[in-house]
Amino acid sequence: MRKVAIYGKGGIGKSTTTQNTVAGLAEMGKKVMVVGCDPKADSTRLLLGGLAQRSVLDTLREEGEDVDLGDLRLSGFAETLCVESGGPEPGVGCAGRGIITSINMLESLGAYDDKYGLDYVFYDVLGDVVCGGFAMPIREGKAQEIYIVCSGEMMAMYAANNICKGIMKFAQSGGVRLGGLICNSRNVDNEKEMIAEFAKLLGTHMIYFVPRDNDVQRAEINRKTVIEWKPGCPQAQEYRNLAQAIDLNDMFVVPTPISQAQLESLLMDFGLLDAA
Amino acid sequence: MATKENGLPGWDPASVKEEMLRQYPPKVARKRAKQMVINQPRPDGSPEIMANVRTIPGIITMRGCTYAGCKGVIMGPTRDIVNITHGPIGCGFYSWLTRRNQTDASAPGAENYMTYSFSTDMQDKDIIFGGEKKLEQAISEAYDLFHPKAIAVFATCPVGLIGDDIHAVAARMKKQFGDCNVFAFSCEGYKGVSQSAGHHIANNQVFRHVVGNNDESKPGKFKISLLGEYNIGGDGFEIDRVLNKCGITNLATFSGNSTYDQFASAHTSDLNCVMCHRSINYVADMLETKFGVPWIKVNFIGAGATAKSLRKIAQYFDDPELTARVEEVIAEEMPAVRAALTEVKPRTQDKTAMLFVGGSRAHHYQELFKEMGMKTISAGYEFAHRDDYEGRQVIPNLTVDADSRNIEELEVEPDPQRYRARKAPEKIGELAQSGLPMKDYEGLIPDMEPGSMIIDDLNQYEAEKLVELVKPDIFCAGIKEKFSVQKMGIPLKQLHSYDSGGPYAGFKGAVNFYHEIDRLVNSKVWGYLKAPWQENPELSATYVWE
Repeated sequence: MRKVAIYGKGGIGKSTTTQNTVAGLAEMGKKVMVVGCDPKADSTRLLLGGLAQRSVLDTLREEGEDVDLGDLRLSGFAETLCVESGGPEPGVGCAGRGIITSINMLESLGAYDDKYGLDYVFYDVLGDVVCGGFAMPIREGKAQEIYIVCSGEMMAMYAANNICKGIMKFAQSGGVRLGGLICNSRNVDNEKEMIAEFAKLLGTHMIYFVPRDNDVQRAEINRKTVIEWKPGCPQAQEYRNLAQAIDLNDMFVVPTPISQAQLESLLMDFGLLDAA
Repeated sequence: MATKENGLPGWDPASVKEEMLRQYPPKVARKRAKQMVINQPRPDGSPEIMANVRTIPGIITMRGCTYAGCKGVIMGPTRDIVNITHGPIGCGFYSWLTRRNQTDASAPGAENYMTYSFSTDMQDKDIIFGGEKKLEQAISEAYDLFHPKAIAVFATCPVGLIGDDIHAVAARMKKQFGDCNVFAFSCEGYKGVSQSAGHHIANNQVFRHVVGNNDESKPGKFKISLLGEYNIGGDGFEIDRVLNKCGITNLATFSGNSTYDQFASAHTSDLNCVMCHRSINYVADMLETKFGVPWIKVNFIGAGATAKSLRKIAQYFDDPELTARVEEVIAEEMPAVRAALTEVKPRTQDKTAMLFVGGSRAHHYQELFKEMGMKTISAGYEFAHRDDYEGRQVIPNLTVDADSRNIEELEVEPDPQRYRARKAPEKIGELAQSGLPMKDYEGLIPDMEPGSMIIDDLNQYEAEKLVELVKPDIFCAGIKEKFSVQKMGIPLKQLHSYDSGGPYAGFKGAVNFYHEIDRLVNSKVWGYLKAPWQENPELSATYVWE
């Protein structure tokens, strides 16, 4: 079983990319579980066809410790297994602590047992690495490989670099490795080349360049992944390719985060290519 | 090591200091050296000591946390306020009745909640989703069960981390009940450098939410409040006995044997007498600014100090009848004290003591030892600030660091209706001229002998080193130090909780203390005890760095 966590700047498209990729893997016949680690609990909406799910923490709060795995985990597109960790409403409590509790709960309920024949677990984690709780999937070895979703926008790259710092820290004490950058294109100039170069500086590779396509938004409005909504469209094929790339990936590294100055000069170099 | 030059027996403080610092890394040694002062009187006042700074991580400190200072020390002794700890159960449980602060709830209808431990018992899910609802529920439950005059809420560490707004909850509940004052303390354990921060937070909130709420005063001609007396082992009872005998009315004690109404009407007294300067001087200052009640420093620990404090009070009120009555009382009480001293002094004379406790006790108890002919060769506070060591004149020069800035400083102004200067400024000046300055505390260092050593925030390692090198006849500290010191053959008297003894304040308390110390320093019981491995060493080894 490969344990994968997806990180990246808030709003970069982690949940969308994760679910579309998972759909691709599932279509290939892989057994995948998705664990949403975001208090908004919207990491499995496209696979389930809606937000119909009760989160682990809500269930825990309402039912006490006496919880069945079946209460928490639903079957989604192509027999993917979907779980939402959930969490407090904005501005109260501690969402990080919630993620720790909810992953521990899943483990104690046997969600990862061999009998389910899982090939993949995907953790879709909120925004940047904000505090100890959100680093939980990397910290305690819950995830072994990390993919960072980014684009050619400066703040997305900045966040990716920060996440690499977190991974580097935990890689020294555990087995977590960076599997690569997924470029979710925002149609920035020279985006593909810049992210490829950025990945190289971080000691990793750009595992896939996902072009921008409004079919993604259209599928989302229909509460579906692109693969489910329009299997024949070019964007569906892009996600299949990304799934393939992850499935075949064998480059797992301890990243080498770069300095702010390096990051800025990278942006200058690539940003000025056209201007020159 | 023996040198008699400084008049202190068997003691060379410079080499002891050097030996204590020797084991430390250079940076730690540098910092600790500034917190260890060998007393040498200087023309410009007391030598400077570093105090109220963070303990270096890794050092096993004697200090407590901010929550302990607020809930345990200041609010713990209040009997008719329901004190609810908002947090996991441990904080509430371990601060429950551990300080031996006594209370007298024998009056008909008197409420006493001290025997209860109230806590919201936060669980994982309260941390994740926030604990405000649970707190609200706990407050309602306490109100429905007891209908107390007041409910106080105390924040523990996690509450600050997850950001529960305890003050908003308290305000909401207060409004809802209408007849119960609900207020909260942001006294998360990690704030400040020690429990001292908790005292300050407690002072602020009691002043903001309670003091001045009740203008009804107790009848009495000479009305005082006693600040910073916590009735450990019944100290407050003995002080009240003496005050009553003198015809002095103690309106409010902060906070030993206190009630909510005492706090609420404290502003109607005419003089505030401050015992523990460190823990309560904030309330004393604010009472003066807002209501015009002046304060003096008193000390009822030691028969001589008690007499002196009573005379100070009489001097302030400047009433011949009171002055005569105070002299009569002292004359009545002293024979028993002298008789006890005649008995014990031949056995206690010239014995040595070390005191490491609190923010005032390490100073006050030297009086009792002095009366017994004993020498305090080393002393220090756990959580005091420089003014408690060197005197209040240093206050303007204190550095305000980030830790102090974390603790709110209340802006207080004279109350337009109720401010009343108790004495004309000329009269205050005259009192100062004749030896009774208001709001004055000279601190511990000037009272100690030349050649004694003052150590701030003593730790486990240094305590053991001191005992090993100097072997005092008695060591006074708390429960954390007690057993390691006794294992080294030296008796330890707890001056936080008094072990199982007390009272030690006032005249009767002094007699109790003489007998207790006589018993401890003249019984060699701890010295006789040997662990099996001390008699038959089987293995010896050294650490790799030795």
